[in-house]
Amino acid sequence: MTRGPTWFNITSLVLGFSFLYLPIVLLVIYSFNDSRLVTVWGGFSTKWYASLLQNDQLLDAAWVTLRVAFTSATIATVLGTLAALVLVRSGRFIGRSLFSGMIFAPLVMPEVILGLSLLLLFVAMDTARGFWTVMLAHTTFAMCYVAVVVQSRLVGFDKSVEEAAEDLGCPPVKTFFLITLPIILPGVIAGWMLAFTLSLDDLVIASFTTGPGATTLPMKIYSQVRLGVTPEINAVCTILVGLVTIGVIAASLVTKRQHAQRERDERAAFGADG
Amino acid sequence: MAKKSIGPVRREFSPWENPEHPPFIEFRNVTKKFGDFTAVKNLSLKIYEKEFFALLGGSGCGKTTLMRMLAGFETPTSGQIFLDGQDLAGIPPYRRPSNMMFQSYALFPHMNVAKNIAFGLKQDNMPAADIEARVQEMLQLTKLEQFAKRKPHQLSGGQRQRVALARSLAKRPKVLLLDEPLGALDRKLREETQFELMNLQEELKMTFLIVTHDQEEAMTVADRIAVMDKGELVQVATPAEIYEAPNSKFVADFIGDVNLIEAKVAGKSEAGTKMVSVTDGFAIECDQVTEATVGETVWYAIRPEKVRIAQGDTEHGKVNEIGGVVWDIAYLGDVSIIHSKVGEDDNDTIRATFANISRMVENPINWDDKVVLTFDRDAGVILTR
Repeated sequence: MTRGPTWFNITSLVLGFSFLYLPIVLLVIYSFNDSRLVTVWGGFSTKWYASLLQNDQLLDAAWVTLRVAFTSATIATVLGTLAALVLVRSGRFIGRSLFSGMIFAPLVMPEVILGLSLLLLFVAMDTARGFWTVMLAHTTFAMCYVAVVVQSRLVGFDKSVEEAAEDLGCPPVKTFFLITLPIILPGVIAGWMLAFTLSLDDLVIASFTTGPGATTLPMKIYSQVRLGVTPEINAVCTILVGLVTIGVIAASLVTKRQHAQRERDERAAFGADG
Repeated sequence: MAKKSIGPVRREFSPWENPEHPPFIEFRNVTKKFGDFTAVKNLSLKIYEKEFFALLGGSGCGKTTLMRMLAGFETPTSGQIFLDGQDLAGIPPYRRPSNMMFQSYALFPHMNVAKNIAFGLKQDNMPAADIEARVQEMLQLTKLEQFAKRKPHQLSGGQRQRVALARSLAKRPKVLLLDEPLGALDRKLREETQFELMNLQEELKMTFLIVTHDQEEAMTVADRIAVMDKGELVQVATPAEIYEAPNSKFVADFIGDVNLIEAKVAGKSEAGTKMVSVTDGFAIECDQVTEATVGETVWYAIRPEKVRIAQGDTEHGKVNEIGGVVWDIAYLGDVSIIHSKVGEDDNDTIRATFANISRMVENPINWDDKVVLTFDRDAGVILTR
């Protein structure tokens, strides 16, 4: 039985959402602050967005971040999808539980430890740290998120569809690209987006594994904040929040529409048959 | 008197009666083990060209495993499988000349109906124009023309089933394998499709192998049926033989309804066998000459429709005549099944069916009526296992 909202429910809702979103709302509001002082309201202005475009350091950092996120998400998606395929498909093999446990370990491993261990590895390998090391580090930890997402898609996969393709004369590798991949594609794309986002806002691992000339946006923001928050930072953050919000809303709208369309189709099909 | 034969003849086709006739598919001593579990035990079977063959059995009897070994999805632990004279060992599924229709239909969800049907043809690098023509032909054959551009999820169950059939037939395989093809359809549609399958098979002159747990389906479509149990063939014969001359209690019980009467062989001669029921002592005489010796316990299997039932009394000890009391009546419309208690125990009943050939009955059989059950000398079979 559902009743209308009670005062208790409304209060909990307001409190919960304020707790979650008040800081972000403040950040967005203050990005339009005319005053140089971050905490004092001096009237509405968009001048910090304009000055942002002049800030080469921040723009450079943003460019590095995007490149790292794009490359690492792509590699992590390939590796994570392969790992998920092995875990779901190969049945029981010796060391399977060890393997599946290990692939998910980075999900719960403290980032500091992951970052430190990667740093030690890169030092031992005598690799110059920079773009490639950050990218590799991000691939490492994003891959297990991709594996989880793709795995959930694969579990519900009817294997006889692949068998049907082989039965009709399609060799296994071709079957993967013609049949399996298109069917699990939503999971793979979701995994890629997750990996991209994770890489975009990682600070700890990037700080450990980066080198000169490869400062990512979160690192740049963090180091600037230590010298004092400028409204420019607020503006950058507002843009980031905006991008993420648009992405999330777009993704959920697409899935919702697909779902509704599918339901309509199915109803129509069964209605016509009955 | 004309020579009696078993059941009606569907078509003049019986290559299995000629031992010289080369088999099209042959399983030779095939065993398949999954760990400790033996799914198929040392099984040998010959299937002939243009035959419609059914593998029938309960779940877990190994029928699907047998079919999957033929398609190449499972490898026999030992033994050989031949198709058209070729040993299939080591040939992957995508190079085998058979196509399979899957129980789940396994349609490609991201392709429309026409693309689903064309998929197998594209793998053979057939010219585009030929593919187009073949797809059209298949769409016509399965009455799917107006659905060609639809995706599988936009189709009903019956339509999906037809797409799956069209896709597996498109390559004109030497053998079509059907894995429980009609399981998901409702009864009416299933019966229609069974006849469509039979017509298709005769039209296309292909060999069909169907796996099913539905005995009616197997009997409707198949030239021969193999009844399987626990990984072994129990009986391989025509539907009529399976029904009228089962070789074991398992087959008699699995196919249709049967009264199994435990009886002791009282005497045998060239003219037949005399038996006495173990529980109630009534006398049975049968034309069949059993291999069981006098004094041995056998089962007399008689189908309910071959037991005549009439109200009345009988003396104890008359041959092929049993007195009983009506215990339960099931009215099914076309026939009624009457359970008559013939002994002291409540479970000691014999079932008789009779066709309801007239709408009005003057003196219908009622509960607790005294009835006489009679049957002919060739109505039942003697089973020793």
